[in-house]
Amino acid sequence: MLHNLFIGELAERLAKRQVSSVELTRHFLSRIERLNPALNAFITLTAERALQDAAAADARLGKGEKGPLLGIPLIHKDIFCTDGVKTSCGSRMLDNFVSPYDATVVARLKSAGTVMLGKSNMDEFAMGSSNETSYYGPVKNPWDISKVPGGSSGGSAAATAARLAPVATGTDTGGSIRQPAALTGVTGLKPTYGRVSRFGMIAFASSLDQAGVFARSAGDAAAVLQAMAGFDPRDSTSVDVPVPDYSKDLGKPLKGLKIGLLREFFDGLEPRNAALIEDALSIYTGLGAETREVSLPHLPLSVPTYYVVAPAECSSNLSRFDGVRFGHRCEDPKDLLDLYKRSRGEGFGAEVKRRIMTGTYVLSAGYFDAYYLKAQKARRMITDDFRAAFEKVDLVIGPTTPTPAFDIGAKMNDPVLMYLNDIYTIGANLAGLPGVSVPCGFVEGLPMGLQLIGPHFAEVKLLNAAHQYQQATDWHRHAPRGYE
Amino acid sequence: MSLTRQDVEKIAHLARLSITEQEMPVYVTSLSSIVNFVDELSRADTGGVQPMAHPLDGQHQRLRADEVSESDHHEKYQRNAPAVAAGLYVVPRVIE
Repeated sequence: MLHNLFIGELAERLAKRQVSSVELTRHFLSRIERLNPALNAFITLTAERALQDAAAADARLGKGEKGPLLGIPLIHKDIFCTDGVKTSCGSRMLDNFVSPYDATVVARLKSAGTVMLGKSNMDEFAMGSSNETSYYGPVKNPWDISKVPGGSSGGSAAATAARLAPVATGTDTGGSIRQPAALTGVTGLKPTYGRVSRFGMIAFASSLDQAGVFARSAGDAAAVLQAMAGFDPRDSTSVDVPVPDYSKDLGKPLKGLKIGLLREFFDGLEPRNAALIEDALSIYTGLGAETREVSLPHLPLSVPTYYVVAPAECSSNLSRFDGVRFGHRCEDPKDLLDLYKRSRGEGFGAEVKRRIMTGTYVLSAGYFDAYYLKAQKARRMITDDFRAAFEKVDLVIGPTTPTPAFDIGAKMNDPVLMYLNDIYTIGANLAGLPGVSVPCGFVEGLPMGLQLIGPHFAEVKLLNAAHQYQQATDWHRHAPRGYE
Repeated sequence: MSLTRQDVEKIAHLARLSITEQEMPVYVTSLSSIVNFVDELSRADTGGVQPMAHPLDGQHQRLRADEVSESDHHEKYQRNAPAVAAGLYVVPRVIE
């Protein structure tokens, strides 16, 4: 069936005119219509526009134009601004917001000829690890609809796993691509900080946010990253480093690749999870890679460091939502202060308010040095640990999450317990490193992820290692029951 | 360390957030537990470490030539505004 093909295969059929982009788009739209009501993976569907874009792609294909993404349907996380289409960021605050422009990621993927099917559900302002903080309700995990899909890019992950689109975009501030990819059994790639433009991507924590991809294989992720990556003068932290060919080394043998096992990631790891990681390691050794243990002694500080830095940046970024220029405004404000406070109090959900207040507290007079400055120092210590590790090995490896998908509602009343979900993913964000999660087996019928982290701009090597693993295993080909 | 109701009221005021009576005790409890959790940092020896604000070395704020690069789109942008008059954003009276 079309929805089980990888985008390389779809592109070949499109190029040979064995299938049209309109037919492909209709196929995915009808799956969405039939299967999405149980999942709630979308905030907005853009069916009509998708069919127009597909027809335009068909016209280009008809003229003999070629492109790895020309005519390929995809989904954008609702954090990316889309010209003329509602962009809510999962919040009541932006429920009425129609973006007047495209994010750079959206514009680049559009000019590559992709067809946007819709905007995916997400944790409000990307703050959450379970997709339960969305104003539009939780997303369900297609492997078991009583479980969360992870977050914050839960809709993109669930939709990719359910084959509602071949690929989807996401963003990763503390694990928001890799963690939901792991919990839904898909491939999730977070590039190096600054590799993909943040312009038009609604800001949460500007020194951590990075856009990336959900796909069903590392090869597909490479093709989408190719179109997304590159310097953008409109993002002041976009990096002006040449973009390599991300697919060029996919087939390269791993002989001699040095992989570091993160000791801190294995301490106290649940035995069934540890067994899956051990299996993955023996696959890698079989492929010719060498493994050795490495230590990041300051890694245990990463979760508290993150939960100071990220809320601090969020409290500053979200001050733009003031009820004046766009977004929710309260009824009958009695003065300007009342307008600010009630518009924000009503427009933001509980977790977003909690993070804004945490950030306000750690930045406030008398606490700045003890929390914010201290966290920035710890951030450097964690980053230096990674740097030292990458002097000995090419990549480091470990689990993506401590457990498989948990029950909807299980952690909503305990924010600290929820924050500890991100224990293995946050380090890469603090250090700005690229990371990928690939499916590596099942615990109690639920998918688990293997995480690979590389040095800055090592996406080619990461994708090579992920692709070779997927040539030797078939975990990434498993589909949840009912979505095959 | 635990936060009091007065602490949370002050933080909410600084953050310009209205918090309802029902919400208040939940925030006092959850913000206290978050502050306790991040207090773990106080045990880390960070002597002599330079604070890190940006994950990549050698980055600096780029400047561009001071030339007009955007045309005027205020009508389009103001379509998302809750209240507009004569091209201006309308808010409650600030100056008597």
